[in-house]
Amino acid sequence: MEHPFAITLDAGTSLINHTGSWRTLRPEYVHRLPPCNHACPAGEDIQGWLAYAESGDYEAAWRALTENNPLPAVMGRVCYHPCETACNRAVLDSSVGINSVERFLGDLAIKNGWRFAAPPAATGKKVLVVGAGPSGLSAAYHLARLGHGVTIQEAGPAPGGMMRFGIPKYRLPRDVLDAEVRRIEELGVVFNYNAKVANIAEAMAAGGFDAAFLAVGAHIAKRAYIPAGEAAKVLDAVAVLRSMEGEDKPLLGRKVVIYGGGNTALDVARTAKRLGAEEAVIVYRRTRDRMPAHDFEVEEAIEEGVMMKWLSTIRNVEAGSITVEKMALDDKGFPQPTGEFETLQADSVVLALGQDVDLSLLQGVPGLEVRDGVVQVGPNMMTGVAGIFAGGDMVPSERTVTVAVGHGKKAARHIDAWLRGGTYAPAPKHEIAAADKLNTWYYGEAPKTLRPILETARRTSTFEEVVQGLDEGNALYEARRCLSCGNCFECDNCYGVCPDNAVIKLGPGMGFEFNLDYCKGCGICAQECPCGAIQMIPEAI
Amino acid sequence: MTPPVTTLAPEEAVQKLKYYQKGTFTVGNRLVAEEQRTVQASQARSNALTCGHRACQGCGEALGARYAIDAAMRATNNNLIAVNATGCLEVFTTPYPESSWQLPWLHSLFGNAAAVATGVAAAMRVKKRPEVRVIAQGGDGGTTDIGFQCLSGMFERNDDVLYICYDNEGYMNTGVQRSSATPPTARTATTPVLGPEPGNVFGTGKSVPKIAVAHNIPYVATATVADLHDLERKVIKAMSIHGARYIQINVPCPLGWGSASHDTIRLARLAVECGLYPIFEAEHGKVTQVRKIRRKVPVQDYLKLQRRFAHLFKGGHEDPRIARLQAICDANIAEYGLVDVTGRDG
Repeated sequence: MEHPFAITLDAGTSLINHTGSWRTLRPEYVHRLPPCNHACPAGEDIQGWLAYAESGDYEAAWRALTENNPLPAVMGRVCYHPCETACNRAVLDSSVGINSVERFLGDLAIKNGWRFAAPPAATGKKVLVVGAGPSGLSAAYHLARLGHGVTIQEAGPAPGGMMRFGIPKYRLPRDVLDAEVRRIEELGVVFNYNAKVANIAEAMAAGGFDAAFLAVGAHIAKRAYIPAGEAAKVLDAVAVLRSMEGEDKPLLGRKVVIYGGGNTALDVARTAKRLGAEEAVIVYRRTRDRMPAHDFEVEEAIEEGVMMKWLSTIRNVEAGSITVEKMALDDKGFPQPTGEFETLQADSVVLALGQDVDLSLLQGVPGLEVRDGVVQVGPNMMTGVAGIFAGGDMVPSERTVTVAVGHGKKAARHIDAWLRGGTYAPAPKHEIAAADKLNTWYYGEAPKTLRPILETARRTSTFEEVVQGLDEGNALYEARRCLSCGNCFECDNCYGVCPDNAVIKLGPGMGFEFNLDYCKGCGICAQECPCGAIQMIPEAI
Repeated sequence: MTPPVTTLAPEEAVQKLKYYQKGTFTVGNRLVAEEQRTVQASQARSNALTCGHRACQGCGEALGARYAIDAAMRATNNNLIAVNATGCLEVFTTPYPESSWQLPWLHSLFGNAAAVATGVAAAMRVKKRPEVRVIAQGGDGGTTDIGFQCLSGMFERNDDVLYICYDNEGYMNTGVQRSSATPPTARTATTPVLGPEPGNVFGTGKSVPKIAVAHNIPYVATATVADLHDLERKVIKAMSIHGARYIQINVPCPLGWGSASHDTIRLARLAVECGLYPIFEAEHGKVTQVRKIRRKVPVQDYLKLQRRFAHLFKGGHEDPRIARLQAICDANIAEYGLVDVTGRDG
């Protein structure tokens, strides 16, 4: 080729320089485990379903959510949302209102009549689920979706377990519960009510079941010996809350004393106020900071006029009054009697001292281990007896609806594997996307949308739901506050900030790739990734 | 897993989309319409400065140049000619016979980029090609020192050229010498860490953006690789105006500043957030807009990441001259009103 004067070489492009050979560190796209997902007792992929909600595709969000949990509308009301406690957004302003969005999706699904996809071809295996509480419902749902035939035997007259007979209506309206149970029924799960299982081995043999999942809950109120006069009215919390479901409401009187410091005690006190009690006093032997009840519930109860008597134990109950002894915390934090007494007016006393499990159905089953009043299970939720699994309040655990739902899912997966003659091994968990993995500069300030609370005057006289839901506008806003910790949300930062133009954008929904021919390994992409989805790893040199 | 995009057009969205909720400051955002994203977020960006260039790892100038020229390419529908002063940008992109530039590009001398660009603009005028626009570009050495006379002439004649200065605060490819844009106390090859007041001295140097404003030209702006939205907006705005225009972009230099290659954008951000590098724009001699500080930091946060300032922290105690640097930041904050009560999102 003829070149002009003083030119000896052909013009070329710098693309012939593969500057990737300079690299000592290589960027790699990774997935890290969002702290919300890690904290969720039901194992929800929260960040995953929020990502759908952010783009306004609520049905896809609901479907992603119900992959793990069939009861979003219930969860959005009764879950104590450990996800929000773990949420990284708290370091920026306040945690994402995950629970609110979950409830919004659950309610929208009910309103729009969304149904679960039909189960796959039947496996021919039959599973007996004992108890239609959260754990049993969750197990039945997952087993049905895996193609197994499921029958639920429920001792009570209606489904829900403690969700119906323990949690007051002002926290969980029954039509919401019914709607979510109906959807599980539509999967072909058979529900038998008023059908208490007296003996599990006989019930399994009679029905020809291949496996059983026990989830009978903890419905027997714990008693404490308190000297009481003949005319004294002493009730237990479980019975009071259960009778709220029937025609005859409990007669508690004008002045009600509740003994205990858990969430159940608060439920009873708030129920008593709604039934017309002038005074509802919670007597608890320790202090507020040591109460097992959740702080927001204590706060709501106090707002409604529930009174608290800290550091007190009941010594004696008479008709119309009780005697309490003042306590003092010792240096180990245990309450010790002081010898100081006080008399309080009380028309009735409700004991909310915890619950035990009715284990009568397990009598005569060899190999079952019961310790501290609960059934012992292995890591696969199986009891000492092959084919009998258990979960929820009747096994050692934190007794919440969400934990129970998680047990149901976990047990269903192991039951499925067991029925197929294998074992279920969950996928290894990714490293947690802790706050220090994020670059929070890229997230704007956006405070949390609080759900409206029924005005106090109205809520103490009715059983209307106290916490109201989000509407579509603020649910979308709330969903978009998610930081997408540990998982790419396609913000294009890596694609934009590379000085070497060495990130390839694959297009919407498909993410990015590094062009290692030119990537010099500077690490700006990893540093400027908002959500911590890129890591730098040493090159083998 | 990110789900496939369902973009809500703003008018279809249930609520008016609040852009800041997620990805406010990011390059793109899958939740907003295409035209609201940056040029850099687009698969169709021109990549005017393409791969294979020989800039150091983490080069802020390579990044700033692609940001600016890609935005100008979009604004002019690719009818763009660039004239380059001598400097890193010319050396690392175009070692004979190859080039990383994907647009018509001229290089003449260290000091005459503004004059050559004036000539190119005149040629386009004579050829009746008004759609073809001209950019001159160089480093701070070629702009504030060596090319200053030509630059001032271009301003004074109001020639139809956008001059972009990539300011990395020194002569980097020749071995990190001091320029008139090097900050006080910084170590360079010509301002070594020696004597009672090591590093560059106080009371020297110049602010070319202010000098440009004093020429009463149609448009002057400062920008930073840490705020792409702001940078692109300014380049696009500059291309909508005829006459002499000047944009100076702060581009950290890992080599000359002694910083980690992954900290380039972080440093650019800290330079703005501490107040040392005020980001503003001015039209016809008047400052019309400033970029507010979002998360204010002390100047130490910026200095500590750079070895050129390491002598200020030697032996575990802080050099009293840090207070004088902080005073410069505070003066900038006061002069431009960089901090207000409500903040940027307010």
